[in-house]
Amino acid sequence: MDPVSRRKFIAVGGGTSMAAFLAACGGGDDSTTMMKSTTEPEPMGNGKESETAQFGKGDIGILNYALTLEYLETAFYEEVVKSGLFKGEELAVLKKFGAEEKQHVEALSGTVKKLGGKPAPMPKAEFPLNGAKSVAELAGTVENLGAAAYLGQAGNIESPEVLAAALSIHSVEARHAATLNTLLGLSITPDGAFGKPADVKTVLESVEPFIVG
Amino acid sequence: MTQQQKSAAVEGLVHPEPATVEVVDGSGGDISRSDVLLKGALAAGAVYGTLMVAPFVRSALAASGTSDVDILNFALTLEYLESTFYEEAQQKVKASGELKKLLPLLASDEKQHVAALKGTIEKLGGKPVAEPTFNFEYSGTSGFLKVAETLENTGVGAYNGAGPSIKSKEVLAAAGSIVQVEARHAAAISLQNGQEPAPSAFDAPLTEKQVLKAVEPLIA
Repeated sequence: MDPVSRRKFIAVGGGTSMAAFLAACGGGDDSTTMMKSTTEPEPMGNGKESETAQFGKGDIGILNYALTLEYLETAFYEEVVKSGLFKGEELAVLKKFGAEEKQHVEALSGTVKKLGGKPAPMPKAEFPLNGAKSVAELAGTVENLGAAAYLGQAGNIESPEVLAAALSIHSVEARHAATLNTLLGLSITPDGAFGKPADVKTVLESVEPFIVG
Repeated sequence: MTQQQKSAAVEGLVHPEPATVEVVDGSGGDISRSDVLLKGALAAGAVYGTLMVAPFVRSALAASGTSDVDILNFALTLEYLESTFYEEAQQKVKASGELKKLLPLLASDEKQHVAALKGTIEKLGGKPVAEPTFNFEYSGTSGFLKVAETLENTGVGAYNGAGPSIKSKEVLAAAGSIVQVEARHAAAISLQNGQEPAPSAFDAPLTEKQVLKAVEPLIA
C-alpha cells in the first residue's frame, strides 16, 4: 500500500465532503427535508461520525462513496474493453457491465444533485492489465467488493427513495459478481447463503492501489 | 424490460420521488387495477389463508405501514417456494455439467434462507407462516430453468421492493444479505438459460401484487 496515494485519496474524499456539506447547507432543497424520515431508535447507533463522512453528510456521503466506486468500475471496464484481451461473448459481457456501471454513475451523481449535494469527483485510476485471466479475476474481485460495499451501507441510508435506488444497484452488482465468478470457475456465492457486507475502510483500502491521483 | 421502462427506472432514481419504489409496473398497464388486486388477494388467500389477505390488499393500495413481520412472512413464502422447488428439482431434473453443481447449492441456500427468516420472525415475536402447497409443472431442464429464472428474478424484485418499508436495521441487513444471494442465483440461472445475467443496470423493485401475480400459478 502506498501511503501517498492513500493520503491523496482521502484528501479527494475530504474535499468532496466539505463541498457537499456546504451545498447541503446552502441549497435548502425541500427534498432534503422531505426525505428525513422520522428517526427510528437506532439499535446499532453509537453516536460516532458516519463511516462515509469524508464523502459528505448523511445520504449524500453514502451516495458519493458509491459514486466513487462506480467511477472506478466504469474506468476499469473501459480500460479492459480497450485492452484487446477479450473477444466474442466475454467481451460483450464486459462491455455490457461497463455500460451498466456508467448508468450507475449517472444515476448516483443525479441523485446527489437532487439532494442538493455535489457529486464526488472522478478519481484518476490505473489498473494492471496483465493478461485475460488476471483481469477477469480483478473484475470478479471488484464486483464482489462493490456488492459488499452497497450491502454495508443499506442500513445507514435515511431516505427510503435513496435506499430503493441503492438496492436496485446492489443486486445488479451481485449479478455481475456471480457472472464473473462463473466465468472464473469460482462459486457464485463465495460468502455462502448470505452476502457479507464490507465496511468503508475495507473497501477503500482494497481500491487504493488503483487510485493514482 | 423495455427501453421505456428502463428509462422510467433511471428517471426514478435520478429524481427520487415517493413513487420511486413502484416506478416500474410489470403488468404493462393492460390489466385493470381492480383485476390485479383481486388476483393478488386470491393468491394471498391461497398463501396465507383468507384471514391474512386483508393486510396485503391494504399494502398493495398503501404500500407502506406493513410490519417487518408481515414483510418477513411474505419473504418466507417466496423462500418456501424456491426451497421446495429446488428440493423437488434435485429428483426431477436430470442436470448435467455446471447445473449439476449449481442445483444442490441453490437448494441449500434457499433452505438456509427459510431457516433464517423463520428465526428472525420468531425473534421479533411473530409467527412464521406455514408452508403452502405448491404445484410445479414443468418438464425437462429447459422447463426447470424457466421457472427458476422467474422465481429468482421475482425474489430479487420482491426484496428490493420491500426493503425501503423495513423498519429495523437488523432486518434490513438480513434481507439485503439474502437478496444479494438471490441476485447471484438469478445471474447463474440466466447464464444456464442462455439469457443476459444482468439485463438491466437497475433491478426494478416489485410490489406485493406484482410478486403475487408472478408466483400465483405455482401455488396449488
